[in-house]
Amino acid sequence: MVPIEHIVGLSALLFTIGVVGALVRRSLLAMLISIQLMLNAAGLAFVGFNRIWQGSEHGQAIDGQVFTVIVISVGAAQIAVGLAMVLALVRNRDSMNVEDMSVLKW
Amino acid sequence: MTLISAQVYLFYGFAGLAVLGALGSWLLVRNAMAAVMSLIVTVVSLSVLYVLMGAHAVAALQLLIQAGTALVLLLFVLLLVNPDPGGFGTRDPGQVVIQIIGAAAALAVGFVIAGTVSVTLPLPAEAAPGSGGFRELGVQLVTVYAVPVEAVGLLLLAAVVGAVVQTRQEGR
Repeated sequence: MVPIEHIVGLSALLFTIGVVGALVRRSLLAMLISIQLMLNAAGLAFVGFNRIWQGSEHGQAIDGQVFTVIVISVGAAQIAVGLAMVLALVRNRDSMNVEDMSVLKW
Repeated sequence: MTLISAQVYLFYGFAGLAVLGALGSWLLVRNAMAAVMSLIVTVVSLSVLYVLMGAHAVAALQLLIQAGTALVLLLFVLLLVNPDPGGFGTRDPGQVVIQIIGAAAALAVGFVIAGTVSVTLPLPAEAAPGSGGFRELGVQLVTVYAVPVEAVGLLLLAAVVGAVVQTRQEGR
């Protein structure tokens, strides 16, 4: 099977793509999508490490997979709240650009 | 071709697809709808990877929750707010240099983390057969991880209430 380095590398690559996307893009939706990408990368790392954990003396342990399920649920909560905030912001400001959301900036 | 090598080929194929989808979700496309579709490609590819790693239950949940619910919600909001076609990722030209520096720094940090992790890890071993089904996952969720599951339930409740409060319009 695939060595763990490649799984973790893929996870790190996806996470980095998410970070760069959240930094570079100035659209609220694009930032939400990038954050979702980062959560997915973390879940992939959990499942990958769980495979090594199973190969050790712990046998049937699936704790990493449980963590991934929790990460997926948190992602669902994040997208629900995030989209509600996007809706409210777009209604109030008529823009999806984060450059326009500068009320807290002085 | 044996089953093991087929698994390896599938893994790298879908890993590449996941990276392509991730890149496409903000880099390759100028259209918000296409970006969401691109993210769906990544999510589905990741669930294939979960199956290849023996985590069948997690793969099913990933498809159901992420692709089925979260991204459909994303598409709904996209249709509601109707982002202007050119407005997805319009950038301030003066900030491009800063953004590139920040992106390069993030890339460097990512590579350092990946290098450290891959050096310090033990050699991989094969997973025990028959683990990763809904039975094992369910038992773990209601026994060892009962408190985190309750916490996630509370978080989801708060998220739903918050979403309703946020999007409620006064006077209706």
